Amino acid sequence: MAQSKITIRNVTKVFGKSPKQGMNLLNNGKTKQQILEETGMTVGVNKANFEVNAGEIFVIMGLSGSGKSTLVRMLNRLIDPTDGQVLIDGEDIVKLKPHQLREVRRRKMSMVFQRFALFPHRTVLNNTIYGLEVQGPDKQVQKAKALQSLKLVGLDGYENSYPKELSGGMQQRVGLARALANDPDILLMDEAFSALDPLIRKDMQNELLELQETMEKTIVFITHDLDEALRIGDRIALMKDGSIVQVGTPEEILMNPANDYVERFVEDVDLSKVLTAFNIMKRPEKMQNDRGPRVALQLMRDEGISSIYVVDKRQKLIGAVTAQDAAEAVKNNQSLEDILIHDLTTVTPDTLIVDMFEKMTGSSLPLAVVDDENRLKGIIVRGAVIGALAGDDNHINGNGVN
Amino acid sequence: MQLFPKLPLAEWVEQAVDFLTDNLGPFFEALTEGIEGFVEFIVLILSSIPAVVLIAIFTGLAWWASRWTIALFTAVGLLLIQNLGYWDGTIDTLALVLSSVIISIIIGVPIGIWISQSDRSRNVITPILDFMQTMPAFVYLIPAILFFGIGVVPGIIASVIFAMPPTIRLTNLGIRQVPEDLIEAANAFGSTTNQKLFKVQLPLATPTIMAGINQSIMLALSMVVIASLVGAPGLGADVYRAVTQLRVGTGFEAGLAIVILAIVLDRISQNIGSTKQQ
Repeated sequence: MAQSKITIRNVTKVFGKSPKQGMNLLNNGKTKQQILEETGMTVGVNKANFEVNAGEIFVIMGLSGSGKSTLVRMLNRLIDPTDGQVLIDGEDIVKLKPHQLREVRRRKMSMVFQRFALFPHRTVLNNTIYGLEVQGPDKQVQKAKALQSLKLVGLDGYENSYPKELSGGMQQRVGLARALANDPDILLMDEAFSALDPLIRKDMQNELLELQETMEKTIVFITHDLDEALRIGDRIALMKDGSIVQVGTPEEILMNPANDYVERFVEDVDLSKVLTAFNIMKRPEKMQNDRGPRVALQLMRDEGISSIYVVDKRQKLIGAVTAQDAAEAVKNNQSLEDILIHDLTTVTPDTLIVDMFEKMTGSSLPLAVVDDENRLKGIIVRGAVIGALAGDDNHINGNGVN
Repeated sequence: MQLFPKLPLAEWVEQAVDFLTDNLGPFFEALTEGIEGFVEFIVLILSSIPAVVLIAIFTGLAWWASRWTIALFTAVGLLLIQNLGYWDGTIDTLALVLSSVIISIIIGVPIGIWISQSDRSRNVITPILDFMQTMPAFVYLIPAILFFGIGVVPGIIASVIFAMPPTIRLTNLGIRQVPEDLIEAANAFGSTTNQKLFKVQLPLATPTIMAGINQSIMLALSMVVIASLVGAPGLGADVYRAVTQLRVGTGFEAGLAIVILAIVLDRISQNIGSTKQQ
């Protein structure tokens, strides 16, 4: 388990005339709705707790008005919490003095905004350099860092353009470059891709994941889009009415919704984009390559199957044999090698179902699931795919291999 | 019939003014000399440049700031003024207007910035601005004469009081209109208040502030005739003299010169703000 980078404890925000009074009402067990009716005050975030591990992408998801944007703004105190602790590397930033808070904002975390929030009067380079510029006068080093950051997001050559000359996707790349320029540990991304077209959004998601492979930042990502959350989140926190309803990996949230709300939220999810080969593969029938066609035929008869996989002593996949070929081989006295099908379609355990469809249509045999070293881990039959997409638990994580 | 005896408001004001003239005399004298010196300095510079050169400079400025049509109008208009013999008056008026506007900017922009930072200061200042703009301008002239004597200075003081509010209001508005997410971005990257102000808020507020300055220029111009009542020289004095002597033709000429000057100053100052933001 990685070390916790951000920990929030009972973080609460009450908007209104007398937040402290609202806080007392909350502590006395009043609900958000009751407080609104009695005092006109709004509970933005209600006693949120979670931990974010160093190097993970932590997604906070919820519909608009669920308090997710308020919550992320309390992590860098753009909004001051009414109550609770926000620990960054063990230090409670709620207690920091303005100049200490500024230091944290300059060095430890930066933010990417939904509507990009680029400075229209500054060039791309001068936007990117902003977070460094406020730290001091060392222009040369800052410029080098900013240019490097722009290169990282694929915008080299645009440093003298103005934001309005760029497309939305490119503008958000500038936003990302600006956030990365001062090399923070933590990136706060507030609906960073929500204002982009679906295709561009997907590109940006992929790019973020690619960047993350090398950067290993701690990313808190806000979104209202479940698909996005499932795609990029290592873990997801689901918010409703200011409260955190469930925290878990994408799979946990889908498979074990904590309550009706989460269940309704996830019921329309496209499972093919969430479940992987690992979730639906079953134990493979296999034999070693030093046996003959007769053994193959016998094994298949015993198991009632029409094909079997052939592996070497170290479980590496060599090929497959069908029952029909094996019967012929027995009749004609051929060796196993003669009837072995080498040209197999394989997938890895983390392949998404959505990426399997094409491979399945091209092959009459079940898909073989192999690891990095080509060792056979499992097989996927069509029935399992269809069953899993239908949400049938018998086909998900239920076949003895995992 | 009166419910209460009349409040001696007029007496109070007079007492206050008496108190100020008695006790702050040296201060007002120094201020008068300072402003007078400033105006004379501007007049000196402007009149040391030959009229043709100055007209060329204005034409070039109009060309740079906006379209060639405005530049053409500037050239023709100013040449007409020169031809009619109102050039010296125009210089005096220009100096009066520029001094008023420069003082308005020096005082107004910082006040505008100040009231943009807190709602409380805004709530205190706004009614004062309303008072400054709606109180008939003639009324300022009375204490202005008492404090500053006869001449160009009371005219400038009255002009500043009348012309400064738009600069203050629009500086405040421009800063407050900077989109919230840009302010958040500036804060999120750890800007100090001053960094936020000078790197983000003021640059983005510039077009609005320029619109305020443009209005201040126009209001200062509208004061030139009133300022001439207390002895300020310039086109306003020409109009005033024409009125008292019922000389329709001269009045029209001087009035036309003011109109031309107004249009030239308006178009140039209006467009400087927008060209900067392209």
